[in-house]
Amino acid sequence: MTKPSHGLTRDDAAYVARLARLDLDTAELDLFAGQLAAVVEYAAQVSALDTGDVPPTAHPLPLQNVLRPDELVPSLDRDEVLSQAPDVEAGRFKVPPILGEGS
Amino acid sequence: MTAQEAPALSLASDVRGGKVSAAEVTERHLALIGSYEGSLGAFVSVLEDEARKEAAEVDRKVAAGEDPGPLAGVPIAVKDNLCTRGIPTTCSSRILAQWRPPYDATVVTRIREAGAVVVGKSNLDEFAMGSSTENSAFGPSKNPYDTGRVPGGSSGGSAVAVASGMTPIALGSETGGSIRQPAALCGIVGMKPTYGTVSRYGLVAFASSLDQIGPLAQSVADAATLYDVIAGHDPLDSTSLDRPSPRTAAGLGEGVGKVRVGVIKELIEGVDDAVVARVREAAEELQRAGAGVDEVSVPELGYGLPAYYLLASAEASSNLARYDGVRYGLRIDAPNAEAMNSATRATGFGAEVKRRIMLGTYALSAGYYDAYYGQAQRVRTLIIRAFARAYERFDVLVGATSPGTAFPLGSKVDDPLSMYLSDVCTAPSNLAGHPALSVPFGTDELGLPVGVQVLAPALEEGIMFRVGAAIEAAAPQLPAPRVGAREDLRT
Repeated sequence: MTKPSHGLTRDDAAYVARLARLDLDTAELDLFAGQLAAVVEYAAQVSALDTGDVPPTAHPLPLQNVLRPDELVPSLDRDEVLSQAPDVEAGRFKVPPILGEGS
Repeated sequence: MTAQEAPALSLASDVRGGKVSAAEVTERHLALIGSYEGSLGAFVSVLEDEARKEAAEVDRKVAAGEDPGPLAGVPIAVKDNLCTRGIPTTCSSRILAQWRPPYDATVVTRIREAGAVVVGKSNLDEFAMGSSTENSAFGPSKNPYDTGRVPGGSSGGSAVAVASGMTPIALGSETGGSIRQPAALCGIVGMKPTYGTVSRYGLVAFASSLDQIGPLAQSVADAATLYDVIAGHDPLDSTSLDRPSPRTAAGLGEGVGKVRVGVIKELIEGVDDAVVARVREAAEELQRAGAGVDEVSVPELGYGLPAYYLLASAEASSNLARYDGVRYGLRIDAPNAEAMNSATRATGFGAEVKRRIMLGTYALSAGYYDAYYGQAQRVRTLIIRAFARAYERFDVLVGATSPGTAFPLGSKVDDPLSMYLSDVCTAPSNLAGHPALSVPFGTDELGLPVGVQVLAPALEEGIMFRVGAAIEAAAPQLPAPRVGAREDLRT
């Protein structure tokens, strides 16, 4: 494996993939490590600008909390929503064990 | 309006006037889709039954003397990341291949209320991540001017549908240029509205602070009309601006006398020679039409693309966490929840989506957050300030939409960074939340269309469309695409 120029190794890629819940094989990890290193190196151009006292912009609009009138309105149809789920039981989404032996 | 000036408005006028029925228009366009879709791949799904039902409802209104709406009977393609209740909405991803949303996007409700007939859901780069439509899990769309070339992306399917004449108008979405760039590469008009003017309710999220829905059309008048239909406050989107719906189409004929136009140096530098030449010709035409034209440098725009890829990927990595195999979409079974999540995402997402999630996760991770994500957010502020300075001297800014014309299929798929550079002229507008428009203006030496971009300050869609209409009026006639039914372009 060639070591990418921006220091993004297969181990780094594996760490990021774990954080992102992506089960990647070693071939994918090597490919992405190299490609991401190139992109990160390009993106690091942003550090060339002096931004000492510049506030960050998270959003183009000056956002404030938006409330709706406290009135009953229909919500999404539960059966229609559950019909799209991979697994349901008793009107709820069903998932494999989250805690315990399996994890 | 003649059919050449505004094909969609002309169709609507005929349907409203009873010259032709919405049913006939729908059948004609379904037949065109039957003829060309095989070579172009513009659609993920074609909605024959639903379209016939919607057309029948328009015809019923015409017969009953009710107002059938400004887009009565006009066939429209809807990008497949816009929710349609009960109708598959795939985002061109395996992870949502079978998903039928339980609600309609607000824009879909609005176009139907305006009388438009949704004939199909159009192809895109998976989750709108890409600049060529090659990242679709269902195969690429092809450029009607040369089917060996890409149509651009990510709203490539919508651009192809309109450029080929399969539909006169379409809806797309933008995060960093995904309407304007394919519009430029396919020789049509594409527009990104001011952030907040069009409801994002039912647009599958990519990067929420950048995403906007917008029109693609064969003419500026049609694009403005479709924008007027979809824009307006929506309580279902908390970022929707609470202001009256715009009426930009009505002002298109007011001309560009005294309008101050700045040609942005940074949006023609490093761009193909033919594209620069067309931008300069368009600027000369604006001057001839009475506008004041000067060149302006906005150096900060050079940092727009790197900042964009950090911010968009960071937001995407967070937004796409919802595809976890629990509430909708694909699930790959595994003994515990985390293994199920990871296997589902590895199987369901394509390579580009994985790359963006990885990049965004990396940019947000401990130790890198401030250097990448934080710095990109501060650069975003600098770009907004730089635009504000330029708009003290100019009413609109012009430049290239795309640094080049349509490139061959496969030529950039293995080099993500070179693909990302396709968005270099468009991404700054998304960072600023400003409107921007691409209008076709001539071709390169191969006969491939070139797009000229018009940028405007927030909420100045009216003057932007007016300048676009002046560019359109002065543009050389485009050749008709090799594949498609653009009778308006055949002389």
